[in-house]
Amino acid sequence: MSDVLITNGRVVDPATSLDEIADIHLTDGSIARIGTGLSVAGAEIVDVTGAVVAPGLVDMHTHLREPGREDEETIATASAAAAAGGYTAICAMPNTDPVQDSASVVDQVWASGREAGLVEVVVSGALSKGLKGERMADLGEMAGSAARVRLFTDDGHGVQDALFARRVMEYLVSVDGIYAEHCEVEALAAGGQMHEGETSHRLGLRGIPAEAEELMAARDIALAKMTGCRLHLLHVSTAGTVELVRRAKSDGLHVTCEATPHHFTLTDATLEGYDPMCKVNPPLRPARDRAAVIEGLKDGTIDAIATDHAPHAQQEKDQEFSYAPPGLVGLETALALTITELVDPGHLTLAVAVERLSTTPARILGLDGHGSLATGRPANLVVFDPAAEWMVDPMKLRSKSRNTPFAGRTLKGKVLHTFFNGKQTVTAGEVVRGALV
Amino acid sequence: MIGKHLLSMNQLTAHDITQILDTAESLRRVTDRPIKKLPTLRGRTVCNLFYEASTRTRISFELAAKRLSADVINFSADSRSSVAKGESFKDTAWTLEAMGVDAIIVRHGSSGAPHQLAQWVDAHVINAGDGAHEHPTQALLDLFSIRERFKEIEGLKVAIVGDIIHSRVARSNVKGLITMGAEVTLVGPATLIPREAASWGATITHQLDPLLEDLDVCYLLRVQKERQNEQLFPSLREYANLWGLDARRMSKMKADALVMHPGPMNRGVEIAAEVSESPRSIILDQVANGLAVRMSLLYLMLGSNEGIDA
Repeated sequence: MSDVLITNGRVVDPATSLDEIADIHLTDGSIARIGTGLSVAGAEIVDVTGAVVAPGLVDMHTHLREPGREDEETIATASAAAAAGGYTAICAMPNTDPVQDSASVVDQVWASGREAGLVEVVVSGALSKGLKGERMADLGEMAGSAARVRLFTDDGHGVQDALFARRVMEYLVSVDGIYAEHCEVEALAAGGQMHEGETSHRLGLRGIPAEAEELMAARDIALAKMTGCRLHLLHVSTAGTVELVRRAKSDGLHVTCEATPHHFTLTDATLEGYDPMCKVNPPLRPARDRAAVIEGLKDGTIDAIATDHAPHAQQEKDQEFSYAPPGLVGLETALALTITELVDPGHLTLAVAVERLSTTPARILGLDGHGSLATGRPANLVVFDPAAEWMVDPMKLRSKSRNTPFAGRTLKGKVLHTFFNGKQTVTAGEVVRGALV
Repeated sequence: MIGKHLLSMNQLTAHDITQILDTAESLRRVTDRPIKKLPTLRGRTVCNLFYEASTRTRISFELAAKRLSADVINFSADSRSSVAKGESFKDTAWTLEAMGVDAIIVRHGSSGAPHQLAQWVDAHVINAGDGAHEHPTQALLDLFSIRERFKEIEGLKVAIVGDIIHSRVARSNVKGLITMGAEVTLVGPATLIPREAASWGATITHQLDPLLEDLDVCYLLRVQKERQNEQLFPSLREYANLWGLDARRMSKMKADALVMHPGPMNRGVEIAAEVSESPRSIILDQVANGLAVRMSLLYLMLGSNEGIDA
């Protein structure tokens, strides 16, 4: 029986419409009570005056690289990076080696996540065997496994065959799965290095047009309407996609989507210096698309902020731009980028930011134990100082890979403590080793 | 001044370009002497780092450096073979740096490779062609060749015809010509011209014939035969019919108008054999001038300390 009393924080919980200075009493890993002037005999007091207490962040889109590329990241290092970034749940993308396309692989990832014990590792499953877009992965068996897979995606690849997409959507309805798409028509995007536009043509880099994303988004929305399947669009990056989702939602379709911090922070202009750190897929887009992503986050068209955390080994990023793999690490910068780029300039209130980072992604993934500070729920929460500034130093990241385009940037918003199922995984900004072990 | 590296024509003002061309003119006289060598770069080492096959550019740079008495080393590798062997571009760069190379002339299939190299080494970096990005020394030698004939570049009407979208020669030439005050028109099928090329300051058109009588320079780009398989135009025959410069089209051009081509040519596609060998064609002058322009660049960038970092 352990009691913790988190005192004097600004408690922000969109799920219960709470935003006030209060104390939170945690007992036996759950939230016992929220109120002012609480006092609990024998409780450990964590005074968080001046800081914000929010439900732990939930990342819908994390590449953990284990199994297969443990030199780049492991489930344990990704969990530590996530905890340090204020997360209590992360969704493991299936493009591992072997691919998460069967119950045995998803269960292995799920069990390793439990063993790391720093966050809840929610496991997604592939839509197709080997992410090839040809034969269905073991969708029902993954849904019924210990990992209880709910979100299915071939992330990294869009499903090219419309009939296959239709069949998978129809099938997923019967196992209560979400069809999550990496929207990219390969015929239009093949060989592309960055967004196709004025900058790519000037730099002489082959472009990926916005239409490569938008055509597939439009197709999937039509198929979702046809099949009744729940559709989630991963990392939307163009004004056109945001508009398609806005219209689909107003038509009453069950479509959700996410956007990444790098797409609401950076534009394709950052590619001017050919820095492979800024190479990512979908690519960074022009200012107009970035503004549309911010607008979508503002009006709720975009439900979630997701990192698309994609670790890469140094030698792979240290190549010619055309050969370097796309992707960047994001777990430890997402909250600060949200505060610096969206809350500070007045695009989002802090409460809406928390909704996009925690409440809504938890709801989409069906995680009852996350995304809310309601009494009786597991104590999954983050304490952060929204005003504290810090400089991104790649060498200080807990992730095993250091491929961030934000090196040297000063950001606002610092994680102080993270609690996962009532145990402190981060204290005073430091990850507690073996928190649950 | 030119700056430490030459990566893009963007970095050169009209004044810089004029200085490079003027210097090239003086240096060309050296090549007319019986002993064709200056001692300027004695004791300096220049490395040709070529990740893409090239004959004329590499030989031209090698000869330019040797005429200035520099030591020259050549490193050639296919873009991907060095990767397969396990030595990365960065490691190769650091190796050359450790050997005390003063300048690296780099040709690479990946756009931006010279920019990356310039961040890794202290040596001067000269872009000898990177992917579909730029080929600044080609543009400089073209400007030299045009100026030689017309004395002034400002106000000239220049058409660049063909595969603009994949062409580093086109990108560098558009920048250089516009900086020097020429009027540039890009001509070809829409599949071969970037939609945003208007923002480069050039005019875009899809028909060559209406332009011919006003042109001072008709600059033809090489059509890469493999493009045919990418469905960028129906056939080489149709391309030649619509955009190739043949004798009939050439006859519409002004008497003093020039025909240029960066080579290697596909005779019978973008240029007819009789056009390439006509008096209007200055294609061989372009090659000869390349040597003088590259000597000029090495002279200005490596030759005196004032010329380098000021």
